[in-house]
Amino acid sequence: MGEVTLTNVSKRFNIRIDGQVQKVNALSHVAFSVADGELVALIGPSGCGKTTALRIIMGLETPTTGQVSVDGVAINGCGYDRGIVFQHAELLPWLTAYENVAFALEMKGVRGAVLKDTAMRYLDLVGLTKSVNRRPYQLSGGMQQRVGIARALAIDPKVLLMDEPFGALDAQTREQMQGELLEIQARTKKTVIFVTHDLDEAVLLADRVVVMRDGRVSEILNVDLPRPRTDIEAIRGMAAYADLRFRLWKSLHAPSVSTQKLESVN
Amino acid sequence: MSAIIDQAAIKSSADEDGFVEPAERKIPKFVLTLISVFVALVLWEIAGRRVNPIFASYPSAIAVAFWELARTGALWSATYDSLRPFVLGYGIAILIGAPLGLLLGRYAVFEALFGIYVTAGFAMPLVALVPLLTLWLGLGFAVKVTIIFLMSVFPICINTWLGVRAVPKSLIEVGRALVAPNSVILRRIVFPATLPYIVAGMKLAIGRAVVAMIIAEFFTAISGLGAIIINSANNFDTATMFVPIVVLVVLAIGLTSFIGFVERKLAPWQAEIAGRNEA
Ligand SMILES: Nc1ncnc2c1ncn2[C@@H]1O[C@H](COP(=O)(O)OP(=O)(O)OP(=O)(O)O)[C@@H](O)[C@H]1O
Ligand SMILES: [Mg+2]
Repeated sequence: MGEVTLTNVSKRFNIRIDGQVQKVNALSHVAFSVADGELVALIGPSGCGKTTALRIIMGLETPTTGQVSVDGVAINGCGYDRGIVFQHAELLPWLTAYENVAFALEMKGVRGAVLKDTAMRYLDLVGLTKSVNRRPYQLSGGMQQRVGIARALAIDPKVLLMDEPFGALDAQTREQMQGELLEIQARTKKTVIFVTHDLDEAVLLADRVVVMRDGRVSEILNVDLPRPRTDIEAIRGMAAYADLRFRLWKSLHAPSVSTQKLESVN
Repeated sequence: MSAIIDQAAIKSSADEDGFVEPAERKIPKFVLTLISVFVALVLWEIAGRRVNPIFASYPSAIAVAFWELARTGALWSATYDSLRPFVLGYGIAILIGAPLGLLLGRYAVFEALFGIYVTAGFAMPLVALVPLLTLWLGLGFAVKVTIIFLMSVFPICINTWLGVRAVPKSLIEVGRALVAPNSVILRRIVFPATLPYIVAGMKLAIGRAVVAMIIAEFFTAISGLGAIIINSANNFDTATMFVPIVVLVVLAIGLTSFIGFVERKLAPWQAEIAGRNEA
C-alpha cells in the first residue's frame, strides 16, 4: 500500500532580506492524490514549488496549512514508508558510495550479510559496482545522483519521492535508469512521485502528470499509454505519445494565471 | 595521496594506458620550510652575537647549553615533569571540550543555558585566577592539570560549537529522512562533519596549553621546564633559558603536525574536497 493524499497544502516561507521580512508562498492550496502503485510526475517552471511539495510529502517540511496522509493516516515527520532522492544527491561526504547506501540500511535496522547484499544489489542496479569504494567527491555528478537513487531504493519504501532524479545524467544513462525505474515499479508496485523538467520523461514514465505553476496545481493530465512501457522505441512512435507530449507542452506554455489577470485588467 | 609519483612509472616512461605522468618539478614543501628555518637561524646567529649575552642569545650558544642540560639528564626529567600535567590537562580538555561544543551547537536550549559561560571562559584572563586555584587545589600536580585544562578547553569547545553550526542542513536531513534519532544524527552526521573544526580547535589549544603549562610552573610549585627557565634567568644564563623554550616550541610543532597527520588518516575527505592534497 502507498496511497498519498495532499489536502489543501500551503507553505509559506518567511525570508529575511536586509532585515526586511518577505513572505514567499511556495505552495497555495495544493490538493491531489496519488493511488497506490501509481507513478505521478510533477512538472512546472523553476521555483514553482515542486521540491517544496516533495519535501512536505517526505515530512522534512511541515505545511503551513493542510495535511498529507499516506494510506489514510496523516503523516507526522519522516518514515520508512517514504524514501526520497534529493535534487542534489546529498551524500555524506566522508562515506564511500557503498557506505552511504549501507548507512541508510543500518538506520532502518538492517544488519550483517543482508545489509551488505542489499547495498551491493542496489549499487549494482544503478551501474556503480566498480565505484562502490569511492567517496562522493571522487564520483561524477551523475554517479552521485545514482548513489542517491540506490540509497532511496535500498530501504524499500512504499512511496518513492524523487526530485529530478535523472536530471544530471547523459541521455543514454538516463534512458537506462528510466527503464530500471519502470521495471522496479512494475515488480514492487511502489508509488512513485517524481519531479522532472523533461516532457518526454514525464509522459514516458508517469500515469498522471501534475502541472504546477506559482505554487498551485494548474492541471493534471492522464497519461493513458499502455504498460509495460519498457519498449521505449515503440512508445515514442505512438501517435498518442506525441499527442500527450504536445498537450503537456501547451499546458506548460499557457499564459500564467497572474498574466491573464493583468491582461483582463487592461 | 593523489600526487604520489610512482617511480617505476617514470622509468618505464608510460603506464599501461600509455600515459606519461609528468615528473614532479616543484620543490617539496618541507624543503622550503627547512631552508626558511636555516636562514632564520643564520640571521639570528649573526644578530645574536652582536648583543650582550645577558640580553639575548644565539643558536650556537643555545646548542651548547642544550648539550649541557641533556648530558646531565636535567632536561629530560624536567620535560617529563612538564609533559605529565600537559598531556592530562590537554587530553581532558579534548574529551570535555569537543562533546560540549557538539551539544552547544546542536541544541538551542542547551546553547541558551550554557553558551554564555563558554564565551566568557574563553575571554577570561585565566592567569588572574591562578592564585585562587592554588588556594583551592594546592601547589601540586592537580592545580597544574587544572590550569592547562582551563586554558585549552575553551578554544576546542568554541571551535566545535561553530563547526556544528556550519554543518549544512541538507546533511542533517539525510538523517532525518532515514528517521535517525537525534543521538545518531549527532554521532554519525554532525560529528564527522564537524571533525575538521574540532581538529582546528585542538591545534589552537596546543599553544594555549603550552603557555598554561609554563604559567603553572612559574606560579605554583616551580618545576619542570618552567623551573629551568626561571632559574637560568635568575642566573643571567640567557642561553640556558632558551633551551626549554626551544624544546617547547619543537614539541608544539611536533604535536601540531601529529594532529594534522591523524586528521589526514581519519578524515582524508576534507583535504581532498579542499584540493589540499594536490601536490
Ligand atoms: N527554505 C526556504 N526558505 C525560503 N524560501 C524557500 C525555501 N525553499 C523554497 N523556497 C521558495 O519557495 C519557492 C519554491 O521553491 P522550490 O524549491 O519548491 O521550487 P522548485 O519547483 O523545486 O524549483 P526548481 O525546479 O528550480 O528546483 C521558491 O520561490 C523558493 O524561493
Ligand atoms: Mg527543485
